[in-house]
Amino acid sequence: MAPDSMAQGPVLRLDGITKRFGALVANDAISVTLAPGEVIALLGENGAGKTTLMNILFGHYTADAGTVEVFGQTLPQGNPRAALAAGVGMVHQHFTLADNLSVLENVVLGTQPLWGARLDMAGARAKLVGLAQDFGLAVDPDARLGSLSVGERQRVEILKALYRDARILILDEPTAVLTPQQADALFAALRKMVAQGLSIIFISHKLHEVMAIASRVVVLRHGKQVGEVAVSDTDPRALAEMMVGSAITQPELRAATPGPALLELRKVVTPDRGTTRGLRGVDLALRAGTITGLAGVSGNGQAALADLIAGLERPSAGEMLLHGAAPAQWSVAEALGAGIARIPEDRHKTGTIADFSLTENAILERYNQAPFARRGWLDWRAARDFAQSVIRAYDVRCPGPDTRIRLLSGGNMQKLILGRVMELRPQIILANQPVRGLDIGAITFVQTQLLAARDRGAAVLLISEDLDEILALSDQIHVISEGRLSPPFARGTMSATDLGRWMAGEGFERGRDAA
Amino acid sequence: MRLEVIARPSLGRLIGFPAIALALTVVFGSSLALLAGANPFQTLGLILRGAAGSQFALLETLNRATPLIFTGLAVAVAFRAKLWNIGAEAQLYAGALMAVLLGTGALGWPSALLLPAMAGAAMLAGALVLLGPALLKTRLGVDEVVTTLLFNFIMLLFISMLLEGPLKDPMGMGWPQSSRLIPDARLPRIVDGLRLHWGFALALIAAILVWVIQSRTTLGYEMRAVGQNRQAAEFAGIPVGRVILKTALLSGGLAALAGFSEVAGLRGNLSLDLSPGFGYTGIIVAMLALLNPIGVVISAIFVAGVFVGADSMSRAAGVPTYIANIMLATALLTMVLAIALTRYRLRWD
Amino acid sequence: MGEILEIFLSASFWAAVIRIASPLIFATMGELICERAGVLNLGIEGIMVAGAFAGWMTVYSGGGLWTGVVVAMLAGMLFGLLHGTLTVPFGLSQHVVGLGITLLATASAYFAYRLALPRVTTPPRIEAFQPLPIPILSDIPLLGPALFTQTPLTYLAFVLVAVVSFVLFRTPLGLALRAAGENPAAVAAQGLSVTGLRMGAVIVGSGLMAVGGAFLTMSAFNSFFFEMVNGRGWICIALVVFGAWMPGKALLGAVLFGMFDALQIRLQQTSIGADVPYQIFLMMPFVLSILALVIMSRRASVPAALMVPFNKGER
Repeated sequence: MAPDSMAQGPVLRLDGITKRFGALVANDAISVTLAPGEVIALLGENGAGKTTLMNILFGHYTADAGTVEVFGQTLPQGNPRAALAAGVGMVHQHFTLADNLSVLENVVLGTQPLWGARLDMAGARAKLVGLAQDFGLAVDPDARLGSLSVGERQRVEILKALYRDARILILDEPTAVLTPQQADALFAALRKMVAQGLSIIFISHKLHEVMAIASRVVVLRHGKQVGEVAVSDTDPRALAEMMVGSAITQPELRAATPGPALLELRKVVTPDRGTTRGLRGVDLALRAGTITGLAGVSGNGQAALADLIAGLERPSAGEMLLHGAAPAQWSVAEALGAGIARIPEDRHKTGTIADFSLTENAILERYNQAPFARRGWLDWRAARDFAQSVIRAYDVRCPGPDTRIRLLSGGNMQKLILGRVMELRPQIILANQPVRGLDIGAITFVQTQLLAARDRGAAVLLISEDLDEILALSDQIHVISEGRLSPPFARGTMSATDLGRWMAGEGFERGRDAA
Repeated sequence: MRLEVIARPSLGRLIGFPAIALALTVVFGSSLALLAGANPFQTLGLILRGAAGSQFALLETLNRATPLIFTGLAVAVAFRAKLWNIGAEAQLYAGALMAVLLGTGALGWPSALLLPAMAGAAMLAGALVLLGPALLKTRLGVDEVVTTLLFNFIMLLFISMLLEGPLKDPMGMGWPQSSRLIPDARLPRIVDGLRLHWGFALALIAAILVWVIQSRTTLGYEMRAVGQNRQAAEFAGIPVGRVILKTALLSGGLAALAGFSEVAGLRGNLSLDLSPGFGYTGIIVAMLALLNPIGVVISAIFVAGVFVGADSMSRAAGVPTYIANIMLATALLTMVLAIALTRYRLRWD
Repeated sequence: MGEILEIFLSASFWAAVIRIASPLIFATMGELICERAGVLNLGIEGIMVAGAFAGWMTVYSGGGLWTGVVVAMLAGMLFGLLHGTLTVPFGLSQHVVGLGITLLATASAYFAYRLALPRVTTPPRIEAFQPLPIPILSDIPLLGPALFTQTPLTYLAFVLVAVVSFVLFRTPLGLALRAAGENPAAVAAQGLSVTGLRMGAVIVGSGLMAVGGAFLTMSAFNSFFFEMVNGRGWICIALVVFGAWMPGKALLGAVLFGMFDALQIRLQQTSIGADVPYQIFLMMPFVLSILALVIMSRRASVPAALMVPFNKGER
């Protein structure tokens, strides 16, 4: 803990931090200082270098140049223990928690001398319960972590840092998984911490949050520090331009011309699968010429709905209608046969095969159909031509169709996936988190494609945790919570706060989930 | 510490690391020879001469390579789909058993019919032996590594039971071995007077067929996709379970051909010393070949050469013949590491 | 049936059960530690061979019995170091490396044996561990001869289970090990070294496997011969699954297994044994192991990061 005499100097000073990965300069001479009790925001697009910078501060990476000073002491590089001991705590975007351990075990991990004779669980429990009370972060110490909701897990992640007496808290995109109301509660907890003298670095790409919580904003772009402003001296538009480097052009939005329902779900139920929540009596209609947005906190049934439409899951009760008729069979093959374009949530794990070439990945969903296959024999020339055409039409930056897809950036990978399904001019499009983790150029490209598909009469289901994205693109919005679906809300009738209430489970009438 | 993918590895890397691995293996083998009180250069020379120093030695090596090509292919096919078939030994004996069951007079067919029937029955039996563990994997999620390993022991005991019971050769003077195959059930030599049987040619054909399947057919595409990323394969609509079962049938069938070829081409009967671990050695063969079917042929010949050479060296120089197993295990471990180092860089930050 | 009842009522039968289970307990604990930390160690079969040889050879060339145990353990740890180096920092396939280690360790032991005893056909015997009856307790009928008239290594095996259980669930180190097998990122985020923890687990676990092997030559058969481990390592892997990665349940599995094994040996001597080929009895351990895997497959609580290599910040 910092001696009081030092309270006036900066608690943290990053000086000239530079980090290269091969040819890529992830951080180019970045300098940041943090005063006691201050909240600063680190703003930048995906890939701007925010996470790399924090990983250097936390000792996960060593910088090629520059120094890190905490409370006036230079931190040794590449040593997370030193960072922790100096009072730096990090709340990772992807929680670093073990599902099969209890909350208490997760918190205690690494806090007691490794070669100690015995774990002191009683003392740890008392301290954890005290902290939880002090900061309003209630959580059951004995619950198995895997049984907690995303919001509760984040609380554990924050408590973990507080338990280690962190004086500097780094939060990496903490609101990405929260409802607006949960985000507000988080902000309240953060303010309590600041009041007790903690300093906070808040990493985000959401402008209104940055404006709400931080006093100062450091903006990164392509690894460079492009600006540092007090929140009082700026506005969201200026920040956005600083972050992107040019004026932001929203994809052009034309009025929707809704057609008939191409895919309909009536009281559809799917079973829970392990930790994946199933659907409980879902009614949904995807109409031609519209984008339907699905908002919700992750883990509330989005995966089940996506799997159902993708052909990986079947309704255990209820009805699914395609073009007005119930399909006799339902599998991936039927879904593909029905012309459903599927953009999966995880392009690395489900969308592509890393060590397959672009050509092999391009035909992944149609490898056994003409023109790519005939009686079990593959036609590599046809496959390569198709890959070439996708690469050209969708501007996939790559050395060529024979490159392993592992070597492509996320944006280019997503463009290949988009191209492989859009080339067939699909009538129904399942877009599950289509822009997550992409930079602004790729985001605009993907969103423009989805809007174009809608304008030519396709029905699009857009699943996203980003309410801004849902609100901007959707003609109608459903909220999903605990496997239940809200009624559709037309464009412009709901605010983010309204949706947040539904996301938290309010508004769903009781008894509906009895089905 | 972390591994960094190298986008385009240099030629030096691609050749350098495997070369170092090979050199390490030779150096390690030499020090073992030294330990055994022999001159390492002489030892290596003797191994080389014993493996390829004469026409006889070379043919002996190719004969020994034949079952290794089959088991190597079996492992390569399975591992490519991430089906960990460690049970090639059991499948080999299943194949050998069918060859004996059909070839000792039960079928009086002419050679041109009898041999294909034996080979077909062998493949079927081997496929069925692996089908069990594969079904346990796809249906119940039971790890196939342990089940296939345990099946090896069960199968060997089963064969032992048969050889001391119903299959025991009445003329065998009490030895646990089967009767000899009828002449029409024997694989002929490829060239008269040269001690190399048609099993070797069959192994080459099998290697080419496997290569064609893997690179040109949808089945091969499916097997590779399932092996590389099961989740993505499922999402793309590839019937993962069925592909694993098909892979198992192919892999088990290939391993069984090793048993058929040893019985019909070389031994002429079945005994418990038919395979000195060809099934396990197949793993080394396949890994050294980077699971490439054509590479399997080359690596099988190399591995067979080491064994044959070490046998003859052991007789001349007195170094225990197990030096061959040690060198091959070393080659396996250093080579997997070397291959990884051609693709990844270890970074200390 | 009377014959079978007689078997179950004989003290020597239960003594054999515990004796057969002992090497399995050592090796199963070793494998369990590795897997709890996230590493499948298929080197177990070969490491047991190496341990069996190293322990026996030490005593054969004049060393003390406990020196033999230590040498065996060190030999196992050496192979563990090799396994860990290849699978943890380099993240190579745990299947391939494990099988490679088994081949290497087995061949090394056989090579060394042939080097030491080039022309021996009957394996020489050593003066091995003798049963050490525990006063008073060994006088209990049935239980006394079975549990308390064993060799010191057997007592050590049972103590080991308690130690492993305590370390895994009651100490900071054990928590870190389990976390490394569940989510290595959680371990790294707390400033602990996943590499160090996993390497340590593999090295120590391999040492225990080798002691399990040494039990065979130093407390059971009293000599070293080829193929003496005979699949026991693979059976231990099945026992870890059967025990749902819990030391106590794995111990129970090992004892159950010892019971079936002792039973089949004795059944061979009975009237049933006269009608059934002995190979059927010998198959039983392997068939049972497969059955155990099938039964446990549905409720296996496998460590979430088992066989998942961890590389900090992989790009």
